[in-house]
This record gives sequence, C-alpha cells and structure tokens, in this order.
Amino acid sequence: MGTAAESGFREATEVPTGRLGMWWFLASELVIFGGLIATYLLFRWRHPEWGAESVHTINAAGAFNTLVLLTSSLTMVLAHAAVERGDLARAVRNLSFTFLGGVIFLVVKVYEYTHEIQEGFTPLTNLFWSFYYGMTGLHALHVVGGMVAMMVVRSAVAKGRDPQRVEFVGLYWHFVDVVWIFLFPLLYLSS
Amino acid sequence: MLNWLPEAASSYAGDFDRLLSTINWITGVWFLLAEAVLIYLVIRYRRRPGRRAAYLPANSLRSMSFVLVPCAVILGFDLLLDGVSAPVWDEIKLQLPPHDEQVRIQGEQWAWRITYPGPDGQFDTADDIETVNDLRVPNDKVILFELTAKDVLHSLWIPELRLKQDAVPGRTIRGWFRPTREGEFEVICAEICGFAHSMMKGSLRIESAREYERWLASKAAEPRRG
Amino acid sequence: MTTAAAHAHPESFLRTYVFSTDHKTIAKQYLVTGIFMGIVGGLLSYVIRMQLANPGQSIPGYGVIGPQQYNALVTMHGTIMIFWVAMPILLAALANFLIPLMIGAKDMAFPRLNMMSFWVFFLSTVVLLVSFFVPGGAAAGGWTSYPPLSGTAAYSGGQWGVTLWLLAVALEFVAFLMGGINFITTAINLRAPGMRLFDMPLMVWMQVAAAVIFLFSVGPLIAGALLLLLDRLAGTGFYAPAAGGDPILFQHLFWFFGHPEVYVILLPGFGVIAEILPVFSRKPIFGYRMIVYATIITGILSFIVWAHHQFIAGIDPRLATPFSITTILISVPVAVILFSFIATLYRGSIELASPMLFALGTLAVFLLGGVTGIHLGVAATDIYFHDTYFVVAHFHYTLIPPVAFGFFAASYFWFPKMFGRMLNERLAHVHFWLTFVFMNLTFLPQFKLGFMGHQRRIVTPTFFEALRTPEVEQLQSMATVGAVCLLLSQILFFANVAWSLRRGEKAAPNPWRANTLEWTTPSPPGHGNFDTAPVVYRGPYEYSPPGRSEDWFPQNLAPEKGAGS
Repeated sequence: MGTAAESGFREATEVPTGRLGMWWFLASELVIFGGLIATYLLFRWRHPEWGAESVHTINAAGAFNTLVLLTSSLTMVLAHAAVERGDLARAVRNLSFTFLGGVIFLVVKVYEYTHEIQEGFTPLTNLFWSFYYGMTGLHALHVVGGMVAMMVVRSAVAKGRDPQRVEFVGLYWHFVDVVWIFLFPLLYLSS
Repeated sequence: MLNWLPEAASSYAGDFDRLLSTINWITGVWFLLAEAVLIYLVIRYRRRPGRRAAYLPANSLRSMSFVLVPCAVILGFDLLLDGVSAPVWDEIKLQLPPHDEQVRIQGEQWAWRITYPGPDGQFDTADDIETVNDLRVPNDKVILFELTAKDVLHSLWIPELRLKQDAVPGRTIRGWFRPTREGEFEVICAEICGFAHSMMKGSLRIESAREYERWLASKAAEPRRG
Repeated sequence: MTTAAAHAHPESFLRTYVFSTDHKTIAKQYLVTGIFMGIVGGLLSYVIRMQLANPGQSIPGYGVIGPQQYNALVTMHGTIMIFWVAMPILLAALANFLIPLMIGAKDMAFPRLNMMSFWVFFLSTVVLLVSFFVPGGAAAGGWTSYPPLSGTAAYSGGQWGVTLWLLAVALEFVAFLMGGINFITTAINLRAPGMRLFDMPLMVWMQVAAAVIFLFSVGPLIAGALLLLLDRLAGTGFYAPAAGGDPILFQHLFWFFGHPEVYVILLPGFGVIAEILPVFSRKPIFGYRMIVYATIITGILSFIVWAHHQFIAGIDPRLATPFSITTILISVPVAVILFSFIATLYRGSIELASPMLFALGTLAVFLLGGVTGIHLGVAATDIYFHDTYFVVAHFHYTLIPPVAFGFFAASYFWFPKMFGRMLNERLAHVHFWLTFVFMNLTFLPQFKLGFMGHQRRIVTPTFFEALRTPEVEQLQSMATVGAVCLLLSQILFFANVAWSLRRGEKAAPNPWRANTLEWTTPSPPGHGNFDTAPVVYRGPYEYSPPGRSEDWFPQNLAPEKGAGS
C-alpha cells in the first residue's frame, strides 16, 4: 500500500494483482509454519534432552536436501528471468529442472523416513519425533503442492499461455525453500 | 452496587467485593452516560422539515478532540483500574502466605479427590487421609491447596470464597484461602469436563478448629483401604 | 486468473447459479448458507433455553436432553454461530457483495478462487452437519475444544464428533483464507480511478482490516488444530501430559486466534454502522481518518490480549497483570470508534428508517457488552466471573450487535441493491422493537445469574443447592421467555423478505440518496456491475456539503466546471 496507492489511479498500485495475491497467501502460510515453529521452540526450551534425539536424524541427507532445494530455487529464478526475456522454451526447461529438484528432495526424504523408522524412531516414539515427522511432513506436502502447481504452470507456458504465473509459482517455491532452511537447523542440527 | 454475590466466606473476599463495586460504578456511570448522550442526540436531531444537517467531517484535531478527550479520560480510568486491581490479583493468586493447613485437591471425571497429610503433617505417607468430594477446613486458618487434575481440565470454583482456579493435568497449581465463616458450601467444577460435568460437585465444610480436629482424628482412626 | 474470466458470459444454469464466479452470486450463496446455519444455531439455543427453564422436562420438538447431548448442544451452538453464521454473513457475504461495488470494480481480483472459497466453505458446512449424526454424537467439549478432553475419544465420548469438528473448522479456515486474500487484494488493486485509500468507504476498510487480522491470527490455530488431529488420529501426545505434551499450549494457540477473531466479526459490523449513520443523519462520518487509525490500532492490540481468556487456566500468574493492561487498553481505540459514531449524530438530520434503527440498536446494545468486558479484562474480577453466566451474557452483548443487529441493518439497507425490491418498512420497525426488547430480556438476567455465581454449561442447575432458589429459576425462565420470543420475532424478518422479494416496491438505483459507488449501479447490478467504469472525485461521506443545494454529493459525480471539488 502506501504512497503509490495514495497518488496512483487505475489498478491502483504498481504491483501486479497476481503477485499481490501470492504475497498475502504466503503471509498466511508464514503464520502457519510460524505457529508450528514457535510451538516447537517452546517445547525444545523445556526439553534440553531432545538434543540427544536429534542426533539420530541424518544430517548428511538433510544438508544434501538443503542444497537440492537451493539449487531448484536457482533454476526457478532462471525460469523467471527467461520469461522476462520472452524465452519461454528456456523457462519451461528450467521449470522442469526445478521440478526434478522437488523429486530428488522427496526421494531423499522418503529414504530418511524409512531409515529412521527402521531404527525405531517413529512419530510415536516421543514428542521430538512427533514434531519431526509433523513438521517435515507438512513441509513435504507443501513441496508436493508446489510441484503440482509448477506442472500446471509449465504446461500452460509450454503452450505460450500465462507466462506471468512463473513468477507466482516461483515466489511460492522460494517460500517452501525458506521454510526448509528454518526446519533443517532446528530439527537436525540443534543438539 | 449490584451486590448480588453470595455472602463472602474468605479473607480476601472483602478486597474483591470492594474492587468489583468500584468497577461496577465506573463502568455503570460510563454506560449510562453514553446511552444518555446517544438517546439525547437521536431525539434532539431527528429530522425536521427545512432543517439541514451540519457539515462536520471532523478532520481537524480540534474537532476530533470531542471524541479524543473522553477517550483520554477512559484511558485514565483504565490505568486507575489496572492500578487498583493488580494488588487484589496478587493477593489472591500470587502471594502464598505462611499456611496452617495443607490439602491436595485433584479434579477427575467427575469428582474432587481430597488428600490431607494426616497426623504426621506430611503428604505421601501411610497416614494420609483421602476423601471424595468432602473438603473440610478449619475456620480462620490459612489453607494452602495443591490443585491437580487426573484426566482432563477441571476448574475449582467456590463462589463464597471468590476463588476459581483451573486444574490442569500434568501441573500442580498452588493457591490459598483463609475461610472466615463456618458453614457448608458447594465445590463446583467450572470447566466443561465431559459427560457428567454438570454433576461434578463436592462440598466445602468450614468448621471450628475443634470440630475439624475431631473429624480428622476420626478419619485417621478409620481402617485404610488396600 | 484475471477478471476477464468473470465476464465470459454465463452459459448454463449451473454456471450462473451454482458454480458462479460472480461476486454477487457468491455473496448470496454465503448469505443463504449463513442464514440456514443461523436457523440451525437458533433452534439449538431454543433447546438449550427450554432445558434451563424446565430442567429434565421433555422439550416440545426435541424430547428429553441427556448430559452429553447438552454439552454437544452448547458446543455446536457456539461453533455454528461464530464460524458458520457470523463469518459467512458478516465477512464473506457482505465483503463479497460490497467490496467490488463500493470500490468500482467489476468483480473480485480472483473470481475463480472466490468460487472455490465458497465451495470449500460449503463442504465444511456439510462436514459439520454430518457430525450431528455420527456414533457418539457431535463434539461436546465446548466451542474451544480444549484438550485433553478433545484429545482422545476416551475422554470426549465419541470418536468421530471432535474429529469431524476439527476437520470442518480447518476447512472453514482455508475457505476464509482464500476469501480474505481476495478481499485484501481487490481493495488494494482494483479501486476505481481517483479512489485513494482514504476515499474508500469505511466498510471496505473494516472488511480489509478483518481479513488481515484473520489471516495473521489463524495460522497458529491451523497448526494447533493439526497437532490436535494428530493426537486424536495418530496417537501422538502434543497435548497429553503423560507423553510430555502440554494441554495449555492449545489454549494459547486457540486464543491467539480466538481473540482477534472477535474483532474479525466486530469490525464488519462496525463497517455496516459506518455506512448507515451518515446516510440517515445526512452528515459526514465524524472523524473518518481517526476511525481508520483506531481500527488499525484495535487490530494490532487484538494480537496481544489473548491470555485474558486464560487468567486462571494455570498460566504463570505473573502474566495476568500485563495481559490485563493490554486488554483494558483496547477499550480506548474501540471507544474512539464508538464515540465517533455517536458524534456523527450531533447536529444531524436523523431519519429513523429501519437500517438506522438497527444501526443505533447495535450501538446501544454493544455499549453494555463493551463495559462488561472490563469485569472480565481485570484479572482479579475475572477470577469470579470466568466461566459463569456473566461471560455468556457479555459475549452475547458484544456479538449479537454486530452479527444480528448489524446483519439486519445491512439487510434493510442493501436488500434493495441486492434484490431490486424494497422491504416493508412498517414490518421492519416492529421487527426491530421486538428484537431489541427480547434480546435484552434474554441476556440481562444472565448478567445477574453470573453475579450470583451461576457457572455456565450446566445441564441441570437444580442439581446445585445454591442454584435451586426461586430467584435463579425466575431469571432462567425470563431468559427462556426472552429467547423464545426473540426467535419467534425473526419470523417477521423472513416473512418480510419472502413477501418483498415478490411484491415489494421496485427499488430505484439509489433509494437512500447515498454517496457510495454501489448506489450508482442498477438495482440489482448486472454482470460486470457498472455500465461505465466510475471515476471517483471525493470521499464517501460528503453529506450536506456547504455550497451545494442537495444534501449529498456522490463519489463519482464530476465537479462542476469552475467549482473546486
């Protein structure tokens, strides 16, 4: 809002409506994860012994996944840049790379879950693991959601339609990435 | 004003009732004043042929002050209420004066389980006395209670004492009261706690010290279960 | 998603009336669903009140109530009235109908998202209604559904009631998030040329403020509900002390949302009043900007008062005084809004038409709700009043004004715009006075019951000695008579609507001689709302401006040449 809207006239701010909507959507997502993370931190504060639990997460897998998501965010940026230049073919290619990043992330996540459950750390083991599975699970659902949206946008852009949506789905993908950057140290590293 | 509360039976009830009366007066006067102004304006300025309304958008601070000044006064009353009420809260909930008697109260679906330390004055010993829904305390003694819950939330509610406190599973909440009037009162559960919440009721019997001692002794003499 | 989608001309019945993307149709869908749920919630209150007046006796049309049923009745009454009546009617229906019309837009920013929002809401309604009929009955742990009671079937009774309740509430939140994002984006970006932020009608400000408050407060509760659902379905122990969990955590998450939610409901109600007062006193609203700022301050403060619902819940008692101070402080910006409304009447030319009656009634009733908030906001006195009938009376006095009175005011005011017919004015006056009198008859006695220490959510008050007195019984009976008459009085409203829809006088585009843009459209507005895109030259409340013979000055009327605007 602010000065642009104060003085401006039609379609009142300079921000495209789609981007504006996406920002508000992300704000609502932010408080969902924010609430969850704050809750986790409150518990963590009271249970220093959870440090011993987080040792059993696979740090290497988590670190690798962080790298994967960061890379996919980069290809997302490249896709957006390609749209800006009008190079839709390149945008579609970069969207595919980003999608692939999501796939790799999920595969690694499934490997981790399998391994941890085999080790005996299930969601019911104790509250730390309840939080671990709950939070990473919700995040993984967001990754899946982002991938679905990406496929929808990709197929439209491939036909030359709605290229501006690359930016919106990109914003969402960066958000999912940022959430992971919070989850990784909180759940894996802090001991 | 609005003195509809049941007759008090605890030492802090006097302070509580005075605070409540203050609040009743302040809010009551403001309420009536605001309603009076509202009704007066509606009658005074109802539509009459040939009279045009005044153009008063109140964009200047000067005209806004018609609203802001009363609100500043409200702010003053707010701070006043904060000031006079905090000590009453502290008295009831924060301070734990040295106690004469101790009792444990546990809420469970759907009864109050009361534990007395017994003759040795220590909890968790063989001579602890346990009752269900039967809370007895000596008059004019400071009673310290430890409130817990077994299953779900309950809320200990004794209107005559002006005392209410939720019981939370997993926590022990300490509180106190000093009864000032002998008699029998109801111990209510004020927090919805499942099927028979409406039937969860104990009794508080405030007795003379002698009667209380006699009752304790008779309880202690009873054969123990298990 | 572009607005163009909304203008693809409707092909089929299904497209026009069911899966419509037109904001006016979606508003009506929300309205009808909300009113239907209002009837359900009203009938529940009938059963509750009958039981309280004659404990244990068979209730005409229902039968004898058991304790678990009673718990379910109060739970579902509260849940429905807040989430399935107040929210869809005051937010979704009014915002959907009015925001685009008031800012001169053809439709919402995201019409398809808007349609999805309604259908997700509809689904949530179905899920909630289904929960009445599952084994074990509907949720019965109070509308706050505190764990551990709500945490496992062992405590709460049935397995399905609370689970469906949680699912329905979560779906509903998603629906209103979609709606809210739409409202905010639309108001920011789709304003007509010339309409600056401070030219928006206060209704739009209030709706946007409500949407923003909702959006920032509901997240933690969505997270909290998710954890509760996991506790129930997967057996985790987030709220189970035995597993290291904490039941009070849920209370924090619930009320971090729950208190701002009060303002989410209240602000649109205030918006209705802010539109009606200037029109029927032919005066600008008193202190437009002051009201906007007070609204924003109220919204911000509403985020730091939540623990006043938990003074005696077992939180650290040292927290009580700080939260008590913030709670009482919020009375200041709210008073600024209320006093500005009252000051608007000063030197006005007041016509007591039906919308005005209900708007004034809202103020008159809300004042009592407001001042009794002090008794509960002061931590020390809350010890006594918490979970008594005083609380019940208080929140009915704060919520019925915006939700019921505000809704009726809005109905009498905008019905002509929505349906193209005038409502019968004489019937409306009778409806107002009956509603006003019986509302007070229902809830004033409950204040006194609260003073007497009567706890809430009790199926048989007569079980308690202190409540087995002629006075308590008398007060309970008075409240019941009031409630039944209050419910019956609403038949007048429905009869009025039913009759007027067919026989009512045809409405002119601007029957009230009002300034805002919705009145420049035909009644009812067609697809795309405006025949020509309006241009805005001035604020929304230019009534009786100096130097003009008419006592109104529509926002879109071009200034005469030579004269300043």
